[in-house]
Amino acid sequence: MRELVRMFLRRLAALFRRSGLEDDLDDEVRSHLEMAEELNLQKGMSAEDARREALRSFGGIEQTKENYRDQRGLRMIETTLQDLRFGLRMLRRSPGFSILAILCLTLGIGANAAVFSWVEGILFRPYPAVTRQEQLLALSGTARGESGPTAISWPDLLDLQRSCTLIDSFIVSKIMGTTLSVGDRAERTAGSIVSANYFDAIGVHPLLGRGFEPGEDSGRNAHPVTVISYQLWKGRFNGDPQIIGKTQRLNGVVHTIVGVAPEGFYGTFVGWGMQFWVPASMEEIFEAGGYKLEDRGARWIEAYVRLKAGVNAAQAQEEISAVGKRLEADYPDTNRGRGIKLWPLWQTPFNNAGTLLPTLEIMLAVVVFVLLIACANVGNLLLVRSFARRHEMTVRLAIGAGRGRLLKQLLTEGLLLSAIGAAGGLLVAYWCRHALVLLFPARAGVAMHLPGEIDWRVLALSAGVCLIATLLLGLVPAMQTSKLDLAGALKAESAGVVGGGGRAWVRSGLVLLQMSLSFVLLVGAGLLLQSLQRIRTASPGFSTREVKMTAVDLVSAGYDAQRAQNFQDELIERVKALPGVELAAFARVTPLGYGTYSSSPIAVDGYQPPLEEQPTVEYNEVGPDYFATLGIPLVSGREFARADDEKAALVVVANETMSAKYWRGRNPIGERVQVKGRWMQVVGVAKDSKYQSIREAPKPFLFVPRRQNFSVGATLNIRTPLSPEAVATALAREVRVLDANLAPYEVITLQEQLDRSTSPQKVAVTLVGILGGLALLLAAIGLYGVMSYAVSQSTRELGLRMALGAGASNLLRLVMSRGLALTAGGLALGVAVALGLTRLLGNLLYKVSPRDPLTFGSAFVIMTIAGLAACFLPAWRATRTDPVRALRE
Amino acid sequence: MPSSKSEVLQGTLDLLVLKTLDSMGPMHGFGIALRIQQVSEDLLQLNQGTLYPALLRHEQRGWIASKWGVSENNRKAKYYSLTRAGRKQLEEEAESWDRMSAMINRVLRTT
Repeated sequence: MRELVRMFLRRLAALFRRSGLEDDLDDEVRSHLEMAEELNLQKGMSAEDARREALRSFGGIEQTKENYRDQRGLRMIETTLQDLRFGLRMLRRSPGFSILAILCLTLGIGANAAVFSWVEGILFRPYPAVTRQEQLLALSGTARGESGPTAISWPDLLDLQRSCTLIDSFIVSKIMGTTLSVGDRAERTAGSIVSANYFDAIGVHPLLGRGFEPGEDSGRNAHPVTVISYQLWKGRFNGDPQIIGKTQRLNGVVHTIVGVAPEGFYGTFVGWGMQFWVPASMEEIFEAGGYKLEDRGARWIEAYVRLKAGVNAAQAQEEISAVGKRLEADYPDTNRGRGIKLWPLWQTPFNNAGTLLPTLEIMLAVVVFVLLIACANVGNLLLVRSFARRHEMTVRLAIGAGRGRLLKQLLTEGLLLSAIGAAGGLLVAYWCRHALVLLFPARAGVAMHLPGEIDWRVLALSAGVCLIATLLLGLVPAMQTSKLDLAGALKAESAGVVGGGGRAWVRSGLVLLQMSLSFVLLVGAGLLLQSLQRIRTASPGFSTREVKMTAVDLVSAGYDAQRAQNFQDELIERVKALPGVELAAFARVTPLGYGTYSSSPIAVDGYQPPLEEQPTVEYNEVGPDYFATLGIPLVSGREFARADDEKAALVVVANETMSAKYWRGRNPIGERVQVKGRWMQVVGVAKDSKYQSIREAPKPFLFVPRRQNFSVGATLNIRTPLSPEAVATALAREVRVLDANLAPYEVITLQEQLDRSTSPQKVAVTLVGILGGLALLLAAIGLYGVMSYAVSQSTRELGLRMALGAGASNLLRLVMSRGLALTAGGLALGVAVALGLTRLLGNLLYKVSPRDPLTFGSAFVIMTIAGLAACFLPAWRATRTDPVRALRE
Repeated sequence: MPSSKSEVLQGTLDLLVLKTLDSMGPMHGFGIALRIQQVSEDLLQLNQGTLYPALLRHEQRGWIASKWGVSENNRKAKYYSLTRAGRKQLEEEAESWDRMSAMINRVLRTT
């Protein structure tokens, strides 16, 4: 073994001292021959015989030297270096070809690397600063009869923590927002409510100060402390080294800053960068719905778990489910029909990992298509060049190069191309790291954070892609070379436009592949575009353009309930009095926004729930005139009025689905429903509308008067034909009259709100659209290349046809028909593939059939036009053939 | 690439080279070639050139060492000498050669 290593090292070393060793060899051989010659002379031979005899007994000198060289160095490496040098020379010699090929590969590999880096940075390792992410799982609740995940209550979480032995830690992290005023600047900021173990459990150590201490997550409002982010510290506190111990007002409550998180830590929420963290004990300050740490029915927590070493997800799930079952039995009032579920990080249901997952899945498929198309293009280019180099190859074979050696050289050239392409591609991926964020609409103040992560896994995958590309690229000309026969290559060759020649099927096949893949991408882009349009134009059940939405943050300003009520009553009167304003109403949560609705277990008179079900319903707290302002029609009864206040009887408005499910056709007006333990009387039934997402199925929903369920935070909805800017100016004036220190948030239409909520679809459409266009371009270039090559190779045939009387139009038709036959073949294949594949778009499609004929038709037309365009130039060139010159050549 | 036939020859050549250096002390390539031809009484027809890749291989394995020197008649020549590892290798190969030829003899005689 040691011997082998030594041998390898010596051979390796020999690679670097080649010229010196070469001299050595020459000297040694010369001295051998001279000695032999001398001996022969002594034996009495003539000078000439002595020399000849010496040479004869030595054997072939060059052959010996070659064997010696083989033994001396590492033949593999040596020839590889040789091939590389040669390959580089070939690339330099035809810069047009090289640039085109490298560009195609850069795009193909770059698109792959970029998507890999997004998948890695968003789905698989979303939190770069967090240690051992592979042990983290997301935790949510489940409820019978509800398809989606639910939040978890604090007492349930504590019980899980006590009972689970396979789980190292439960890590609570619930996103919330507040207005942060430092100095004279106030802006919307995202933060997290976390458990006290948060920083220790994720392995993030504050740069300054400390994380939270055990016990800081218990006791109502007992621990007003906060850890701020590095960006906040640098940006808003100017990197103050004395920051620890200073105070900051958050949602009106003074918090002591106890720590600064390290640079590069953005919290644990895919999509948004967190700016500060507070312990769960302060939950009431930031969350609607009052104090919830002792309320098992109040579900608000989003959490992660870290598994103990050696435990897998299935084992942990089993244990957690068992605990969930026990909780269900112990606390039937709150936990009936409830379970607990673990999710891999990339399926985390409560952040943008879940929303982006389908988009990224589609993107992965799309970039593979683009890579294939790019490879087919480069393969075609190489193929065309390999015809041009046929002479060179033939000569090499003739002077004794092995076919294996030729193959190796062609593969090396392919590798060279794809390696340069891969380097360029990684650069593209690096530039695109943060590109996803750009596709999402900017939202005032809050920083989107969707980083791509280029780590060794991404690099390894890209290298794999590069390797596959190499094989594909190298093999195409190699297939041609292996068919090369020495005799045949000496004969004159002629390729025909019509027949295409014997070998043209490879090139035609590649074009076919490109055309069909581009068609599939175009169809995909078209379908997504159509769904986006349908989503944008779908009626959410309320007016979108006429209603402007904004808010005034009284919570951060420290208003208590009474002051807030007075302020809001006053403001709504002033707003309604503004010229051009028709109606205005407050509501706690705005539909299709990021706020979460309150939810509560309910009981309905005369409705007996199935044994295992605890009916729960979401509701919104709305002010007088809310339905009229938003334009939600009432089916029967009345909406809330100012008279529905604290002193009046409790009332509620149900939606149609609610009415149908719990009153089963009876008129619910006058019936009773229990919400949050209080009985309320139904006074109206509203038409169904969309609440959380435009794509949601109709669901039971309730509205209650704000006055009877008051919380300070509220959004203001204004019905007016005025532009958002006009409303903003007028509103700012009115707000300042009431309180000079306050300013309203950005004013947007509900349509804008709706558009923002559909940004994942928009991102998918944009990306697939861009890549589909790219693919179309590449395919058109491929078709153009093949057709021009065919024309240039068959000038003789074209000339002959002309000489025999074919007119320009005949030739045009001849070339075009061949190009269009290729296009048609590609399209036929494309339709078949697309019909099979578009189903996979599944969830991203909205009210569009995956086989939508309009989309297929449009893609067909676009591809045909592209095909015509790509064929026209070569065909036109064919008609310009000079028959005399063509025949003479 | 060597065919299987020349590989047999190569193994033999290896042994002969090592043995020559063992009995004659440091020698140059031409001397080794001459000596092998003499000892084998010209029965072994050997292209002298094939010696050099073999010498290089031995050197790479550390069985022999080489040094430039001056020959009897004042000519620059590369001298090869057996190393300790080479001597051990020779013993092993000689032994296995003996075993092998004994076995072949036995086989030839019994049939």
